[in-house]
Amino acid sequence: MLSLTTGQRRVVRATVAAAVLAVIAGCSSGSGGVVHGKSAGNVFDAGSSGIRDVSTKTGGTLNLIADSDCDSYDPARTYYGHCWVMQRLFSRGLMAYRSAPGTAGLDVVPDLAEAAGTASADGKTWTYKLRSGLKFEDGTPITSKEVKYGIERVFAQSVINGGPVYVITYLCPGGTNASGGCDSYRGPYADRSADHLGLSTVETPDDSTIVFHLNAKVGDWNYIMTLPASTPVPIAYDQSSKGGAKYEFHPISDGPYKFQSYSPGKSLTLVRNSYWQASSDPFRKALVDKVVFTVDSNDQDVDNRLISNIADIDIAGVGVQVSTQSKILTNPQLKARADNPFTGYTRYLAVESHVAPFDNINCRIAVEYAASKVDWQTARGGPIGGGDIATSMLPPSVKGHEDFDAYPDNNGQGDLEKAKAYLAKCGKPNGFTTHLATSSSAKGKAVAAAVQNSLKRVGINVIIDEGDASTYYSEFIGAPSVVRKKDFGLMVAGWGADWPTGYGFFSSIVDGRKILSQGNSNYQETNDPKVNELIDKASSTTDADAAGKLWADVDRAVMATATVVPMTYDKALVISSENVTNRFILQSIGGIYDFQALGKTAP
Amino acid sequence: MTAPLGVEGSASTAQPEAVLEGMGSVSGRSLGQIAWLRLKRDKAALAGGAVVVLLLLVAVFAGPITSLEGQNPNTFHSDLIDPNYGTPRGSFGGISSGHILGVEPVNGRDLFARIVYGAQVSMIIAFLATGVSVVIGVVAGMVAGYFGGWVDSVVSRMMDLLLAFPLLLFAIALVAVLGDDKAPGLSADNTRVALLVVIIGFFSWPYIGRIIRGQTLSLREKEYVEAARSQGAGHVRILFRELLPNLVGPILVYATLIVPTNILFEAALSFLGVGVRIPRPSWGGMLSDAAQGYFQIDPVFMVVPGLALFVTVMAFNLFGDGLRDALDPRSNR
Repeated sequence: MLSLTTGQRRVVRATVAAAVLAVIAGCSSGSGGVVHGKSAGNVFDAGSSGIRDVSTKTGGTLNLIADSDCDSYDPARTYYGHCWVMQRLFSRGLMAYRSAPGTAGLDVVPDLAEAAGTASADGKTWTYKLRSGLKFEDGTPITSKEVKYGIERVFAQSVINGGPVYVITYLCPGGTNASGGCDSYRGPYADRSADHLGLSTVETPDDSTIVFHLNAKVGDWNYIMTLPASTPVPIAYDQSSKGGAKYEFHPISDGPYKFQSYSPGKSLTLVRNSYWQASSDPFRKALVDKVVFTVDSNDQDVDNRLISNIADIDIAGVGVQVSTQSKILTNPQLKARADNPFTGYTRYLAVESHVAPFDNINCRIAVEYAASKVDWQTARGGPIGGGDIATSMLPPSVKGHEDFDAYPDNNGQGDLEKAKAYLAKCGKPNGFTTHLATSSSAKGKAVAAAVQNSLKRVGINVIIDEGDASTYYSEFIGAPSVVRKKDFGLMVAGWGADWPTGYGFFSSIVDGRKILSQGNSNYQETNDPKVNELIDKASSTTDADAAGKLWADVDRAVMATATVVPMTYDKALVISSENVTNRFILQSIGGIYDFQALGKTAP
Repeated sequence: MTAPLGVEGSASTAQPEAVLEGMGSVSGRSLGQIAWLRLKRDKAALAGGAVVVLLLLVAVFAGPITSLEGQNPNTFHSDLIDPNYGTPRGSFGGISSGHILGVEPVNGRDLFARIVYGAQVSMIIAFLATGVSVVIGVVAGMVAGYFGGWVDSVVSRMMDLLLAFPLLLFAIALVAVLGDDKAPGLSADNTRVALLVVIIGFFSWPYIGRIIRGQTLSLREKEYVEAARSQGAGHVRILFRELLPNLVGPILVYATLIVPTNILFEAALSFLGVGVRIPRPSWGGMLSDAAQGYFQIDPVFMVVPGLALFVTVMAFNLFGDGLRDALDPRSNR
């Protein structure tokens, strides 16, 4: 998913879905999603594993702030992780992440659905039943038709674009075309049928049942249904002049809050939705009466407002400014208020095996040993602002993460003797010259300089090529032909999963069968038979814990190819005002506070 | 003067010879001497000139100067950085006997060495770019002013066009498009420097071109040009043998004034991330790094390159202003 610091787009155009069938354990029916966990003391990072200041006090106004507005409030068009967390305030889809700190927050629970979806024996047909008594903010009842319509909107990519497109990939009748688009269904605005419900792969046999006929086995479908696009959208409203591309200015709520006023790029005010019933909701408490989100483009000002209790939470969750970081860490009172969660991103160096001399695995292994992870960590902001030293690809917030180190390198400092030995094996004992692609952001430049400096120690000369930060992933390193033409032997990369499973993390970045000519995310073109085989095996394993172990095996196999050098597991230093209650980090979506759970001590 | 009629001329009987009695032989002063005398009296200009000379020496001898300090501009000193904050250990940005201006946050590179090498980059780009713009500007300005008519119209409109161009945006786009290409025979690093020189030089020629055109317009009517023409001198000879020597003054003055503009332009491009390549130091790039929030916790990191830029630009401007006053005291400021 997207994170504001990286500005990277995660449009995954997977045409072939690797398979899983049946339900993911841990989200079986009946397991409610209520907030549980003990109250955590107010010590540093307490909110990452527990809930701070547990309270049931209602009322008050929650003041949210960020340096920029959400990409969109249309549930089908948003791709920022923190905006998905915002959606939890006013939109409910079929499934949702449990509102809980720690790993319990990685589980999916039924939201509009009365139970998690069930798959047919072949894993391609998923059925959901809706709860009864659900209503939109205007009092009209919600049926399965509105849910289907919400999914259909994603297909209208000329109008409704920007969000994840997994539903197109798996629901396009007859399969997607070569560029991942759907020719057989172009969304409800081009839909000639009277009810605009012409998508043949989604059936609504009655008002409370919705059936998905996927074109491949997808074990993680319940996770895909947590994406905001599974929110129902009222058909008549969306077909009116207020709908379509303008729907984002006032999406119709089915959650505890609804839009009162919104001025794009400035502020958003949410008030209670009287048609929402707590009894129909598995986890939302809706403690505050009003939520006001203000955009403040001055990052320093945002930090100051949080510290002085004027604003409550920075929704972007990318961490405070460096100057604020030193202020927080040197002041025990401020430090006790702060949290330091993993953001779910792994930062790594992609080593392109098709660019000489990295076609020789020994040259790749030399980089594994020579690169200084500590310098990279410092360049990204140190152990607190930047993240932990990474020795594997799967971040700690994803199920299946195991601690192992395929290339022990003196705790991230680098093992120069081993690096030189592998350089000699590669036939380049005196090193070589290669290009390193990086984004032109401040941190992109800083990590590139760190890599350049650390590889120089063994004679590898690095020429740094900067790509514009906004198009770095999509254009600069997202086309293998360009990468090879420009001789990018090394590329600065980062990846966060759209949902916290090994499949959500690995499928786009190391599967050799998903190397795309455009919008590629397997930057280093890893195509290893063993990795591919293990991915298939892991994604077809039904038991979540067993699958997790297999994903760790995938991780080991990927490391054995030496095509990626994991550098850091991203962390962010975040702080909030002292006036909020029930504060904790939702691990599943980018390590961001679960805004909907928050209450206020004072108005 | 002419004495009014009928007035006794007794008051004006002083003999010039008497006034000059006792003095040595009289010799005329060359224009250069007069200019130097005037310049000598302008203390600010002299100070500016001294700083300029010092900067040039620093740029030329960057290697020996940094080795005197015993540092290298690109060596990381992670041990001097507090990993939690990314800031230098110790006070005032890590100033110590080994690092006389402290070290950069995050990677601990020596600030003095980077300032010195940054001066080199600034000077190379600013002087070469000034050379480019002076050559184009002088030739175009002289041709436009001398020939007049449609030639003047074409060249002048071209200058107007360039002056009206959003050149910063254009420069950013150009570097973004061509920045990763390699010119034959040049390293990737030097290709970027050459690209910056061409871009900056090309966009600043109209400033000098306009002035030279104006000067040429007035000079071409002078008697010595008439004389040369009547003796059958060709256009090229008149342009380069008659006019050019008389334009040296303004050329020198405006070249000196373009240099600081170009230094600032290079710094601006580096600040915006399209300057010299990593890890080559540049003052603008350092300011840009400092502006990422470090200026609040490590002000030295912003103050040092900021001061370097300020002093340099100030020195060139003072010197250029003084030079203008000296060479052409009638010109307006």
